[in-house]
Amino acid sequence: MTFFFEVLIAGLLSGMLYALVALGFVLIFKASGVFNFAQGAMVYFAALTFVGVGEKLLLWLGWAPGSFASFLGSLLVTLAAMVVLAILIERFMLRGLVNQPLITLFMATIGLTFFIDGLAQLVWGSNVRGLDIGIADEPVIWLLDSANMLVSKFDLTAAAIAAILVALLSLFFQYTKTGRALRAVADDHQAALSIGVPLERIWVIVWVAAGVVALVAGLIWGARNGVQYALSFTALKALPVLILGGFTSIPGAIVGGLIIGASEKLAEVYLGPYVGGGIDSWFPYIMALAFLLIRPEGLFGEKHIDRV
Amino acid sequence: MIYREAGQFKASYEADMQIFPIRQDRIAIAAIVLFAFVGVPLFASEYWFQAIITPALIFSLAALGLNILTGYAGQLSLGAAGFMAVGAFATYNFMLRIDGMPFLVAMVLGGVCAALVGIVFGLPSLRIKGFYLAVATLAAQFFILWVLVKFPWFSNYSASGVITAQEIVILGWTVDEPVEKYLLTLAVVTVLALAAKNLARTHTGRAWMAVRDMDVAAEVIGIPLMKTKLQAFAISSFYCGVAGALYAFTYLGTVEPEAFNLDLSFKILFMIIIGGVGTVLGSFLGAAFITLLPIFLNQLFHALFGDSLPPAFASNVELMIFGGLIIFFLIVEPHGLARLWQIGKEKLRLWPFPH
Amino acid sequence: MARTIGDVILDLQNISLSFGGVKALTNISFNVRQGEIRSIIGPNGAGKSSMLNVINGVYHPQEGRIIFMGKERRKMNPHEAAAQGIARTFQNIALFKGMTVLDNIMTGRNLMMKRNFLWNALYWGPAQRDEIAHRKRVEEIIDFLEIQHIRKVPVGRLPYGLQKRVELARALAAEPKLLLLDEPMAGMNVEEKQDMCRFILDVNEQWGTTIVLIEHDMGVVMDISDRVVVLDYGRKIGDGLPNEVKNDPEVIKAYLGAVY
Repeated sequence: MTFFFEVLIAGLLSGMLYALVALGFVLIFKASGVFNFAQGAMVYFAALTFVGVGEKLLLWLGWAPGSFASFLGSLLVTLAAMVVLAILIERFMLRGLVNQPLITLFMATIGLTFFIDGLAQLVWGSNVRGLDIGIADEPVIWLLDSANMLVSKFDLTAAAIAAILVALLSLFFQYTKTGRALRAVADDHQAALSIGVPLERIWVIVWVAAGVVALVAGLIWGARNGVQYALSFTALKALPVLILGGFTSIPGAIVGGLIIGASEKLAEVYLGPYVGGGIDSWFPYIMALAFLLIRPEGLFGEKHIDRV
Repeated sequence: MIYREAGQFKASYEADMQIFPIRQDRIAIAAIVLFAFVGVPLFASEYWFQAIITPALIFSLAALGLNILTGYAGQLSLGAAGFMAVGAFATYNFMLRIDGMPFLVAMVLGGVCAALVGIVFGLPSLRIKGFYLAVATLAAQFFILWVLVKFPWFSNYSASGVITAQEIVILGWTVDEPVEKYLLTLAVVTVLALAAKNLARTHTGRAWMAVRDMDVAAEVIGIPLMKTKLQAFAISSFYCGVAGALYAFTYLGTVEPEAFNLDLSFKILFMIIIGGVGTVLGSFLGAAFITLLPIFLNQLFHALFGDSLPPAFASNVELMIFGGLIIFFLIVEPHGLARLWQIGKEKLRLWPFPH
Repeated sequence: MARTIGDVILDLQNISLSFGGVKALTNISFNVRQGEIRSIIGPNGAGKSSMLNVINGVYHPQEGRIIFMGKERRKMNPHEAAAQGIARTFQNIALFKGMTVLDNIMTGRNLMMKRNFLWNALYWGPAQRDEIAHRKRVEEIIDFLEIQHIRKVPVGRLPYGLQKRVELARALAAEPKLLLLDEPMAGMNVEEKQDMCRFILDVNEQWGTTIVLIEHDMGVVMDISDRVVVLDYGRKIGDGLPNEVKNDPEVIKAYLGAVY
């Protein structure tokens, strides 16, 4: 039973990461209806930039990676890079695609994925890098003592960071003027424009927000598994999360992420041995599909009535 | 002056509904096909057959398959390569396990297997659309490759699932030279392209496009959504499956499941975006473009920078150019190269009086 | 050809429809006779379009019965409705934007085209003959609606009035027994309205097609309808000959009062 809980907790924690990536999707989808396939690439881009800047800082200023100064420096530079990226995306991609069908925008973001992956590797190189954010990956002692359970301190911290981020974003959406404007845009582009919501600025803001989320996800994920191209792929797991949680719901992204993370790990451990293992490559997708057939609008999504 | 339809009066619906109603088009197509069958084998080098023309033709076929589903029927798919894998591995197994199985029959059966798998993964399309469906097709992509890797039966228990294509013999003719493989590929692609063009202009194709453009209205005028969508999935997957079989048998020779990964699916999607969504011609233009671009870039970098470049540089720039081009085309000409071609033709028809 | 109005071919009994607690239609009954032009009128949001959607199965009512051509159903489904000979147009044009006028109208005949895809892939023999035969019928409709000049134009490029006409052509191509028209004249100028009226009357007279029509222009409704149903807030408040409806005090109060 302890083993079951260990697997479950490991699953929930990795689910937290899926949730983080999914959150980036939801932000952009809510505000612009764009399904941003490039969110995973943005995670990779952010993590790679963070590591790359750290290396340069070491080279120029002698700040060791993992030191507080280096961490802060890299973080600021990467943040700036995410802002610039968001502005460029709005200027050169979104603006040209206003009023196009959403599926066209979706395909454009697939192109964007390739572009960002190529850019990140061109600038920083594509070899696998470690990432140190200064949190030890060791078991929590009292849990080990009291319940004989292996739970990593790192994972718990990561989950806490993710939770704080989610809380902040929810508050931002709910209570700030910009948040209100974002929700207005999400409801109806034309109407929002007509009451003077500056659409272009709003888009930059959501893409920056998604960039920040990507940065946090990239740091945690990179620190766990190393910064590598696979990051861009693993982030695709956020898609079944979205199907489960609904495309427009922040709590949906969280709950969906947790469910996918947990069930994926449990399935791999308990089901995998019977069919040869490695089923976590497709299990979340199939599960999301099965779910779709029962409840197409997701757990927290809005039901849509076709009017003719 | 040359491209003019003045004086070509259609006296019957039959004439008006020909596959290429304008006489110059008919002549041009006939000339191209003739040149492909006779001229190319005379002039092209072995390198061209092996590395450029044959793969470009195979990709055209896969793009055509995806175009049927995505371009005509409006169901976005990110799993084209998965269905190619089914076709390749099924054809291999038919050849392997049935004595005296002729290649062409095995290839068609491989396509049929892909079609059946396509129908299964098309079932969700009855309830979901748009990017939801894209996720469903991703499931197909990952699941198919996983099955092919995890169950060694499919690759006859070879290491890491690699299969080696059997020798192709058609009625005593052994297809082993690059030229012969090219001709075989060309023949298959020509027949299937013609079939696709025919499907597109009859009620089968109209039903697909109706579902694509407005499914509620399509249903109201009596087009059965379920049948139409599943049919598009099946036929599209058949095309991809046959393309996969050719990919293994006339292009690569040895192939592993990983060759049909998500990147290949994206590549095929890019072909139809750049070539032209919802046109047969666009599938060919897009495939040619995407096949030639890396070769062209390589030459270009070589000419510009010599050998001093790290190898990763070219591949990363290539990624960026692919991505950038997709965005560029979606913004500037969402209907792709085929549309540019059509605009050019219309200009020619009216020339020298532009109005 | 003289018009003859026959027996009831569509009978709606006690139809109620709601969306998650919001009542769109409440206990509505009326019938349509063979060969007549039956209008549904009412203020915006009265449930007129919902009514059409119930008749051809886009919406499924929670209560009531639909009897069409002597066969009783709890509800229709769109495909079955089409197969039984019900065709319609939509309030917001629902054409296939990426296709030409000709192809759009040809889709109207899809139900009658039985060759399977293998024949079509060959485009040979029966498949070709089929396509040509149906093209001939479609050309008759094109002539009838006077849209010959645009037959190969993609519908997305056409002006609104012509799109409405193409949508009518597509519905007619199915050779329907019952034709449902949802505001066929909305947004048209006087001349276009006159044309459309003429087409509707001609369809009804020459082919004997039964027509159910939603329209806001009272002049048009009173001129061309045989009988009129009045809806308000999802309830039926009037039903009868145009003159009777026009003078019904309740109808005047609810609806016409604002117009006259």
